[in-house]
Amino acid sequence: MAVASDQSAFKQDGPLLAVDTLSVSFRQEDGVSTPVRDVSLTLHQGETLALVGESGSGKSVTSLAIMGLLPRPAGFISSGKIRFQTRAKQTVDLAQLSFDDMRHLRGREMAMIFQEPMTSLNPVLTIGEQIAETVRLHLGLSGRALQAHVKAQLDLVEIPDAARRMDDYPHQMSGGMRQRVMIALAMACQPSLLIADEPTTALDVTIQAQILLLIDRLRRETGMAVLFITHNLGVVAEIADRVTVMYAGQVVETAQTRPLFRKAAHPYTNALLSCLPARAKADASGLRRLVPIQGQPGVFGEACAFAPRCPHVTAVCQTKPPQLELTDGGSVRCFRWRDLA
Amino acid sequence: MWDFFWRRLTGLIVVMALVATLVFFLTRLAPGDPAALMLGDQASAADIAALRAVYGLDQPVLVQFGLWLKEILKGNLGQSIFLQRPVTQALMERAEPTFFLALFSVLIAALIGIPAGIVSAVWRGRLVDQIVSALAMLSANIPSFWLGLLFIQFFAVKWHLFPVAGYGDPGAPLLERLRHLVLPATVLGLVNSALITRFTRASMLDILSEDFIRTARSKGLAEGVVIWRHAFGNALIPVITVVGLTAALLVGGAIVTETVFGLPGIGNLVVSAVLRRDYPVIQGALIVVAAIYVLINLVVDLIYAWVDPRVRAQ
Amino acid sequence: MNGLNSQMALFLKRLFRRRLVLLAAVILTVLVISALLAHWVAPFDPSVMKLVRRLKPPSDVNWFGTDEFGRDILSRIIFGARASLGIGFLVVLFSMGIGTVFGLLAGYIKTLDSPIMRLADAMMALPDILLAIFLMAVLGPSAGNVVLALSIVYAPRVVRVVRASTLVVSALPFVEAARALGVSTFRILRVHILLNIASPILVQATFIFAYAVLAEAGLSFLGAGVPPEVPTWGTMIAAGQQYADDAFWVVLFPGLAIVMAALSLQLIGDGLRDMLDPKLRKAL
Repeated sequence: MAVASDQSAFKQDGPLLAVDTLSVSFRQEDGVSTPVRDVSLTLHQGETLALVGESGSGKSVTSLAIMGLLPRPAGFISSGKIRFQTRAKQTVDLAQLSFDDMRHLRGREMAMIFQEPMTSLNPVLTIGEQIAETVRLHLGLSGRALQAHVKAQLDLVEIPDAARRMDDYPHQMSGGMRQRVMIALAMACQPSLLIADEPTTALDVTIQAQILLLIDRLRRETGMAVLFITHNLGVVAEIADRVTVMYAGQVVETAQTRPLFRKAAHPYTNALLSCLPARAKADASGLRRLVPIQGQPGVFGEACAFAPRCPHVTAVCQTKPPQLELTDGGSVRCFRWRDLA
Repeated sequence: MWDFFWRRLTGLIVVMALVATLVFFLTRLAPGDPAALMLGDQASAADIAALRAVYGLDQPVLVQFGLWLKEILKGNLGQSIFLQRPVTQALMERAEPTFFLALFSVLIAALIGIPAGIVSAVWRGRLVDQIVSALAMLSANIPSFWLGLLFIQFFAVKWHLFPVAGYGDPGAPLLERLRHLVLPATVLGLVNSALITRFTRASMLDILSEDFIRTARSKGLAEGVVIWRHAFGNALIPVITVVGLTAALLVGGAIVTETVFGLPGIGNLVVSAVLRRDYPVIQGALIVVAAIYVLINLVVDLIYAWVDPRVRAQ
Repeated sequence: MNGLNSQMALFLKRLFRRRLVLLAAVILTVLVISALLAHWVAPFDPSVMKLVRRLKPPSDVNWFGTDEFGRDILSRIIFGARASLGIGFLVVLFSMGIGTVFGLLAGYIKTLDSPIMRLADAMMALPDILLAIFLMAVLGPSAGNVVLALSIVYAPRVVRVVRASTLVVSALPFVEAARALGVSTFRILRVHILLNIASPILVQATFIFAYAVLAEAGLSFLGAGVPPEVPTWGTMIAAGQQYADDAFWVVLFPGLAIVMAALSLQLIGDGLRDMLDPKLRKAL
């Protein structure tokens, strides 16, 4: 009860994270490219938002921009705001913060786990030390209290025999265990935002489910928000409250998870949904077949980026890029979403 | 870990055996009879034959090789033709300047090369990177003897800061002797820093693009901690190898610098032995230098294993 | 925050790189051409002694001054380039020849790999200059023997590069395919592998050229290389060093010539390496 009222109070304050028309650019040898354009998304406390798209759609770049971890000096935020509500209930624009100011938020209020558990941990430091490092920095613990905190974190992510495994090096652990260590590391200072960038992609299917359950359990227990980045809509159905779909660097659809799975507004989302094994149409031989999404993203600026691959393309789609339009409970970037509904 | 050590050790013994074989048989290719060389121009044929018998030179080559190897394993590198003393003794007398010169040179090279490499990797593509890379490229291509002559001209002849040459009087205190090493060690340090700089830069660039560096940044660590603890902590492993290699090659590779600065070291001994065709001394020096190279490599491997938990666990 | 700044740096870097390689190529070409056309390019006969004009500082007559016999240093450097660069070039040819053959064998024929590589390790356990001076002691001092000795010293480096590249290339599908089709080993080595590893070999060639120029100078300086009467950059410095206190130009200019030659070769090698296939670049 207390928790519920707390949350409603928070919601009046606005979202935990509000990305507003964010564009991210990279300086390249032959000019500047902009892999993320005008992306907006919101995330409330205790909520899981799935950010979905194919590789190269800009979802990982968006998450790195939020964390202030764009590769320097090539990558930079070219426009837009990233409003983040700190624990002190102040709203800051992460896009404007200096690298040093961001440091105080990273690891403490916002944390990230990555796709590759095999390479994301430092091979020459023990896992206990890698967790302790961030606790020491942000919470100022030391000695016994620090050790106890680190062990508690490892217990939290269900690593058996945590007290002993603290002294292990990453190479002594399996991929699933390392990903648990990464989660323990991210959770070490109880962040209010966890960004998970394809955290299960590199893992076995059985381990994938365990990691998903773990992340969801931690979210429920701590009330943190999760930005879950994936290309796999099957995962989304299990974990997300809402979904934002990206295509060619733009948001093409945002919706609640359930309505989206019933009826998506954007043709691209529908194409993704039809790729799910459970949805694949049975062909003549009775086998379910995965339908690949044909074609390549088009050139930005002169038409709908999905037009070259869209089964519902018409003349208007070729003339100008569509704007994001409000639907009930979400938004979509398509000229024809009403016709297709 | 011990498995790794033994594997390395056997590999190194094979290399040493090959070095000994090469040295022995290549020397046999040299024109002239060692016995005739030893006795000088006035020796009679009978004297030469007698000496050949004493040194076993009248026996088949393979037997001679076997005897020679046996003596080496006992620590006997033979007798110098010109110096009237055992080769081991001649080498021992010359060891000190060579040892200190190699030590100081590699220290200077590492103290220049490692920070320069790190700075240049961290600010990759910036002005500082370009300056460091250009200087490294330049110093790698300066002949050490020429740089030595330049240093002598300025620091010794013109400004009298350091002695021109030599290693001080035999009875001089150690500090006075070491003062004679400042210029040659700086020359060798500068010339050898180039390789360490380039290697450190390359390793750091490799490591800085690793995923765990992004993880370290995502923890909110200060950039200095990310670079020093996480990046250099890993780059150190390959850098140790190149520093060790530099040290190993400096032991016998400082010949030219020792000659320029008139240091009575092993290099100097080798040069005079070559000019006088004193083959036992040349052979002995080569064997000892190769042995030191091989030993330093073994030590580097051990440090490697100690630093890298992945190797340690093997 | 410093967008413009780092953009400028990137631009400068590329310009700097390319220009430097270009400059290096120009310098090397000038050195090679003046060595080839020494008789026409050199202002004086390099061996004519004018004792009245001994140890004269640089002037508008003798741009780089004169040596202890009154010979023109610039002319001697130009003629010295013949020996120094010529020896370097021959060392490249021979060490490449030996090293490529053994490297291909080690990389492609499994049973030969270990013996060849252990031998290369043994040779590389001795510092270059020590091995070179030992070989010179065995062979006796002459320009031809300097070429032979340095070719032997640098061959193991080539063996390593060629072997590593061969291992990379021979694992590629087209070599597997050729083998499956029954193409002879010799033809696979010659046509498929050698052509594909030509670029790392070329890069290594420029580096060895630079090392050889430096090593020849070192050997000649020690008196164990080219006989002192032949003008090379190394012998010039060796002969001049006793006059260095009063006439520093005697050692300064030949040394600068060595630095210029070695540096431009290294820069060209670096430039070539940057353009290489990244898979093979690792082998260097």
